[in-house]
Amino acid sequence: MAIASISAVALFATACGGSSDSDSTSGGTAGGEIISGGCNPENPLVAGNTAETCGGDVLDVLTAKLIHYNPETAEPENDIAESIETKDNQTFTVKIKKGYKFHDGTEVLAKNFVDAWNYTAFGPNGQQGGYFFEPVEGFKEVSDPKSKVKELTGLKVVDDLTFTIKTTTPVSNLPLRLGYTAFAPQPDSFFDDPEAFGKKPVAAGPYKFDSWEENSAIAVSKFDDYSGDFGGNADKITFQIFQDADAEYTALLAGEIDVVRQIPPSALIDNKFQTDLGDGRYLEKENSTFQFVGMNYNVDPKLKNVKVRQAISMAIDRPTIVKQIFNDAYTPATGWVSPVVDGYKAGACGEYCEFNPEKAKQLLGEGGGYDGKLTLSYNGDGGHKEWTQAVCNSVKKSIGIDCVATPSVDFKTILTKLGKDEVKGLFRMGWVMDYPSIENYLSPIYGATASSNYYGYDNAEFQKTMSEAGAAETPEEANKLYQQAEGLIAKEFTTIPLWYGKTIIGWSDKVTEVKATPFGSPDLAAMKVK
Amino acid sequence: MGKYIVRRLLQMIPVVILSTFLIYAMVFAMPGDPTAGKCGERPCPAAYIEKFNAKYHLDEPLPVQYGYYAKNVIQGDLGENQYGRPVAEELSERFTVTAKLAVMALIFEGVIGILAGVLAGLRKGGFIDNLVLISTLFVISVPIFVTGFAAQYFLGLKWEIFPALASGKDPSLFALILPAMVLGSTSLAYIARLMRSNISDNIKSDYVRTAKAKGLKKGRIVGVHTLRNSLIPVVTFMGYDFGALLGGAIVTEGIFGINGVGGYIFTGIRNRDGIAVVGAVTALVIVYLLMNLLVDLLYGALDPRISND
Repeated sequence: MAIASISAVALFATACGGSSDSDSTSGGTAGGEIISGGCNPENPLVAGNTAETCGGDVLDVLTAKLIHYNPETAEPENDIAESIETKDNQTFTVKIKKGYKFHDGTEVLAKNFVDAWNYTAFGPNGQQGGYFFEPVEGFKEVSDPKSKVKELTGLKVVDDLTFTIKTTTPVSNLPLRLGYTAFAPQPDSFFDDPEAFGKKPVAAGPYKFDSWEENSAIAVSKFDDYSGDFGGNADKITFQIFQDADAEYTALLAGEIDVVRQIPPSALIDNKFQTDLGDGRYLEKENSTFQFVGMNYNVDPKLKNVKVRQAISMAIDRPTIVKQIFNDAYTPATGWVSPVVDGYKAGACGEYCEFNPEKAKQLLGEGGGYDGKLTLSYNGDGGHKEWTQAVCNSVKKSIGIDCVATPSVDFKTILTKLGKDEVKGLFRMGWVMDYPSIENYLSPIYGATASSNYYGYDNAEFQKTMSEAGAAETPEEANKLYQQAEGLIAKEFTTIPLWYGKTIIGWSDKVTEVKATPFGSPDLAAMKVK
Repeated sequence: MGKYIVRRLLQMIPVVILSTFLIYAMVFAMPGDPTAGKCGERPCPAAYIEKFNAKYHLDEPLPVQYGYYAKNVIQGDLGENQYGRPVAEELSERFTVTAKLAVMALIFEGVIGILAGVLAGLRKGGFIDNLVLISTLFVISVPIFVTGFAAQYFLGLKWEIFPALASGKDPSLFALILPAMVLGSTSLAYIARLMRSNISDNIKSDYVRTAKAKGLKKGRIVGVHTLRNSLIPVVTFMGYDFGALLGGAIVTEGIFGINGVGGYIFTGIRNRDGIAVVGAVTALVIVYLLMNLLVDLLYGALDPRISND
C-alpha cells in the first residue's frame, strides 16, 4: 500500500531546488513596481475559462492553486494543499491549509474548489478549461453542451478543509495536474455574476486585481493578507498591453517596460537581442512546445511500412532547418516528450531523429520506397510555411521523395479534414503541455479514443502500459512505465519528432531574479526590483 | 446651401447601409474559424465553441446574422466584439487616439508641405526648389515602415529626443509627434509637389499679372491671389487623406505601439471578428463621407465661382 503523496515530491524538490522560495518571502529588497509586456486577454479573467497566455499570464500572479510548479525544475510543490493523499490512485483526499484568504477577505474552503470545478466542467457554461476535468468521475454527463447535470459525482466536500476527488480510472499523476490555472478555487461572489467577476477577478494568489484599462494595461498589487509560501516581491505589477511583439520589444529597449515574454523574430536574427540587451539581461530556456509531423497510414497506405516513416525522419536535417529558419529559437528533438517535464528521458528517438541521408536511402529501399507525391499539410494561419517547405526540401534532397508543403486555411480546417480521414501524407502538429508530466505528451495524443489522436493510433500494448502507469504506486514507477509507452511510439513511428520550443525572455536593468516558469513565461512574482 | 447639405446627408444613409452589409458579408465569408487560437495551441472544447457560436449567432445564415446586427445598430447598439467588449466604447477610445494622430499628421503635412511647395514654386530651379524636389523624392520612394523604424531608432531610442513609443490608452501629444511626422511624411511630399506645380503655374496666369500691374504688394499677390487658387487641389487631397490616415495607419500604429483604429481593424479581420470590423469600418465610411462634404463646401469658400447649389 503506497501513498502517492505529493508532499514527498515537494520535499524532495525543495531540498534540491535551491532556496529560491525562501528568498521570495524573506526578501529585504522587495518592493517597487514591475511593468511587464502583456497582450489582450481573449476572455474575461476567469480561471476556468482562460487557456491562452494573454489572460493566463495575469491569472498566474492572481491565483493560487493547490499546487505550485517550481520555476526551475517544474516540480510540483504544495501551495494551498496541505496534503493530497491516495491509496489507489483513484480516490484522492485533499486537505487544504487553514487561513488561506481570497482577496475579498473570505477564507478559502474546500467547497470553493468543488464549486469552481463543477462550474468549469458544466457543458452549458462553455468554459475553455472544461476538458481538464475529464478524468473526474461524472465528467461525461456534466460536460455535454446540453447537460442538465451540474455536479461531478467524483467531487465530495468532506469538511471545511477537506474534499475528495474520485477519477474514473487510476490517475497517478492527478496531483501534478492540479497546479494549472483551471484548478484555481473561486470565491462565493464568483457565482453571483461570473460575467462581471471576469472584469474584476478575485482570487487567492500573491497579487490582487487593481484595474483593467482595456487595450492599455492591467494592474495588480501585492495582497497583504496572502499567507502562502509563494509571495511576490514587487509591490505592483502592471501588464502593459501591446498588439505587436516588435513594439513590445522596442518598449523594453526604451526602458518603458521591464520584461518581455518573448523576443520577437526580428531581434533573433543574428542574435541581435544579445547585443541590444547585453549580458545578464536575457535568458534562453527550453519550453514545453513540441513540434512534430504526423500521418495516418490507414488513410495513406503508402506510409504503412515503418521503415518508410523512419527513412523520412532521417532525411530531415533538423539542426540546419532550426538554424536557418528559426535562428536557433528551437532545439532539434530527440524524442516525443519535452525535456522540461517530469519523466523526460533523452534520446528516445535514437538514431532515427539524426540526419543521415545514406541510412535513410537504405531504409527507404528496404521499406519498398514511396511512389508519387508526398504532401506535408500545414495551417496557413500560423507561420508554418517556411519550415514545412524546408522539411520537404530536405526530404526531397536526401531520399528523392517528391515532397510538397500544402497549406490549409487554418488549424480548424485541417482538424476537420483529419476527422473525416481526408488528409493523405504528412501533416504538422504542435503540442504545449497542460501540466508538467510525461503523461501529458502521450495519453491525449496516442490514446485510442483520445481527443487529439489524429493518427488512428490504436495499440493495445500502449493502452495497457498507460493504464498500468496510471495505477503505479510511486511517481518513479509511473514515469518508468510512461517511458516504456514512449518506446512503443518510437517503435511504431506514427509521428516524427521535429523540435522543442525555446523561450527567450529579456528584461530591463531595473530588475533582477528573472526566471522562466516551466510554461515559458517570466516568473513575475519572483522578480525583484533593484 | 442648407438644402444642399441636407440632401448630401440624406444620400449618405443608403451608402452606409450598403457598405456595412458588404463588409459584414465579406468578413464572414472569409474562410476560417473565429474560435481558432482562442484556446492556445489546441482546439477549443465543443461546449465552448457551441456557446460562442450561439452568442454571436454564428450558427445562423448570414442574412439572419446581419439582421440581428442591424436591429441592434438601429437601437444605437454597435454590439459586442469577440472579447465581449462593447464595440462603441472601444471604438470611441481608439478613435480619440487615432484622430489625434491623424489631425497632427494633417497639420504637419499641411503646414510644412504647403510652405515648402510655395517656396519651391516661387523660385523654380533655385536652391530651395531642388532641395524640395530631392527630399520629397526620397520620402516618397522609401516605404513607410523603413521611415518609421529609422525615426524610432534614431530619434526615439538612440538620441532620445522623442518617446520611442506612444502606447497606452491615452498617449501624450508629445509622444504622438514622432508617429504623426512619420505618418504624414509621404503625404507631405505629395502636397509639396502639388503645391509647387500649382503655384508655379498660377504665378504666370493673367490675374496675377493684373494684380502686379495694379501695383499690389508681392506678399498680397502670392498670399491671397495665387495661394487661394492653388489650394483647391491641395484641399481635395488633404480631405481624402484624412480619411486614409484614420483607417490606414496600420503600419505606423504597429511600429509605435499605438492602440488605434488601424490595428483594431487589422486584428478584427484576422480574428474574423465581424462585429468589430463592421463597426470600425462604418465609422470610417461616415468620416469619409463627411470629409467629402467638407471638401466640397471648402471649394466654394476658396473659389466663389464654384457653386454647390
